[in-house]
Amino acid sequence: MDSNDAIPEFTKAAPGGDVGVANMSALAAGPGIKSAREVAAIIGVAVVVIGATEFALRWFNVPQYIMPAPSLIAQALVTEFPHILPHLGHTLVELFSGFGIGALIGLVLAAVITQFPFAEKIITPYILLLVTTPMLALVPLLILRFGFGYTPRIIAVALAAGPMVMINAATGFRRVDRGKIALARSYGATTLQIFWKIRAPMALPMILVGLMVGAIFGLLTAVGAEMVGGGFGLGNRLTSYSSMIQMPQFFAVVVILSMLGILIYILFFLIGKKWASWEA
Amino acid sequence: MSLREQSNPKLRVRGATKVYPTASGDLVAIDNCNLDIEAGQIVSIVGPSGCGKTTLLWSMSGLHSLSAGEVLIDGKPITGPSSEIGMVFQDANLLPWRNLDANIHFPFEIKHQKPDRDWIARLTHRVGLEGFGERFPRELSGGMQQRAALVRALSFKPSVLLMDEPFGALDAFTREEMNHLVEEIYLDTRTTIVLITHSIDEAIFLSDRVIVMSTRPGRVAKEYAVPFARPRSFEIMATKEVFDLTNAIKLDIVGEQKSKASTATRKLPQAAH
Repeated sequence: MDSNDAIPEFTKAAPGGDVGVANMSALAAGPGIKSAREVAAIIGVAVVVIGATEFALRWFNVPQYIMPAPSLIAQALVTEFPHILPHLGHTLVELFSGFGIGALIGLVLAAVITQFPFAEKIITPYILLLVTTPMLALVPLLILRFGFGYTPRIIAVALAAGPMVMINAATGFRRVDRGKIALARSYGATTLQIFWKIRAPMALPMILVGLMVGAIFGLLTAVGAEMVGGGFGLGNRLTSYSSMIQMPQFFAVVVILSMLGILIYILFFLIGKKWASWEA
Repeated sequence: MSLREQSNPKLRVRGATKVYPTASGDLVAIDNCNLDIEAGQIVSIVGPSGCGKTTLLWSMSGLHSLSAGEVLIDGKPITGPSSEIGMVFQDANLLPWRNLDANIHFPFEIKHQKPDRDWIARLTHRVGLEGFGERFPRELSGGMQQRAALVRALSFKPSVLLMDEPFGALDAFTREEMNHLVEEIYLDTRTTIVLITHSIDEAIFLSDRVIVMSTRPGRVAKEYAVPFARPRSFEIMATKEVFDLTNAIKLDIVGEQKSKASTATRKLPQAAH
């Protein structure tokens, strides 16, 4: 956008004005744990909750196939881990490749499309459709076409993560701060320099939000796709253990999946803290 | 419209006209504006809000093209941003994701030049920002941010400094401090300075000339010479000359606003003055 014919006015172009699907504050909204006392309190409560669950399940003699005790899940986690590990590897391969492809396409598309407001208006409804349609619905079709290997799963993950990254990144790239662009132009900056030195850093917080949400969506879709068909992956383990009523093992896989999700969150939280904390 | 006959002014605005196309029709921001600014002067531009002061300044900086007329620097027409011109924007306009050093080096990054470290160190020392290079803008007060913006604008030794309401967001005391600082730097570098301000005090304290602009469409309505020796102290602000000058400028601006109101009610196409 050329500021040549725009009235030089700064008040309307405040950064962070509009917000897309997710907000940077979601990333920065860590509880802000500080002292050792707070850490002790958090661990203490967790111990009490898990202990009480254990006690209640034993006290009421709840059968294992309904809800196994936490101690049994922990035990299964240890003993079954060597068997689960290769499946974790498969899920990670699907997640990384699908997310990588989807995020890359999403980012490039967002950067290009926001430069052409008219094209953006035409394309956005389709992207919104991709964001809101569960990509899991396409997995049976993809399996018919590509078989039971990695391919249909990677495509599904890419389709789930990509639009999410795109829609958030586009919101970031749309945050034009006319004053900062004028600043760069006053030193003779080219369009490319304005993109890399002003637009991209301004968009970064929203891009990180998009990447985080996209990665979580990708994990969801990867596991779902594994449950639909094929003989490997953590999702496949879930269906397999539940069909054999091996509930401790089933929950061990659930715990691993939760860990994976939390790791994704922490990763992007740390990246955001390092590179986008100026926003907070 | 210049009162003096100077053969080569540093900046010369000739018939500058800028029309913004808007949804509700064309908006004439400035109309046939003429102004000469001699080298080594500080000139302030005051006027009713929305009179096209910023538009005029942006045209001088080459950030804006004009619909008609031209701006000449050293006799050559300005067609785009130039290394001869340093801009200081409203609200410091630092990049929040860069620390102070990186902000000050930003112009050199864009121009693919090596920063003049000695000169920057001298400027940084002069504005009292030594040792703050690693800090981020959000960690600094508004006054310190604007000092950094001043260093950034002067870092590549422009011969003209254009300042667009630079201290409007600062408190009165910080503002006075900044005014002193600008004069100090001016006496050191003799950079030609064009300052847009809402503060008549600031305009009088700093300037050799004060230009009053008319309501939109903006043109030069009047100008005043401010003949005090430099360095100036704030004591001059209590003299009768300054009091009279302040009043005269105030009356001009109020008069402009009234003429705007009356033309608006009579639905005349242009403000008369």
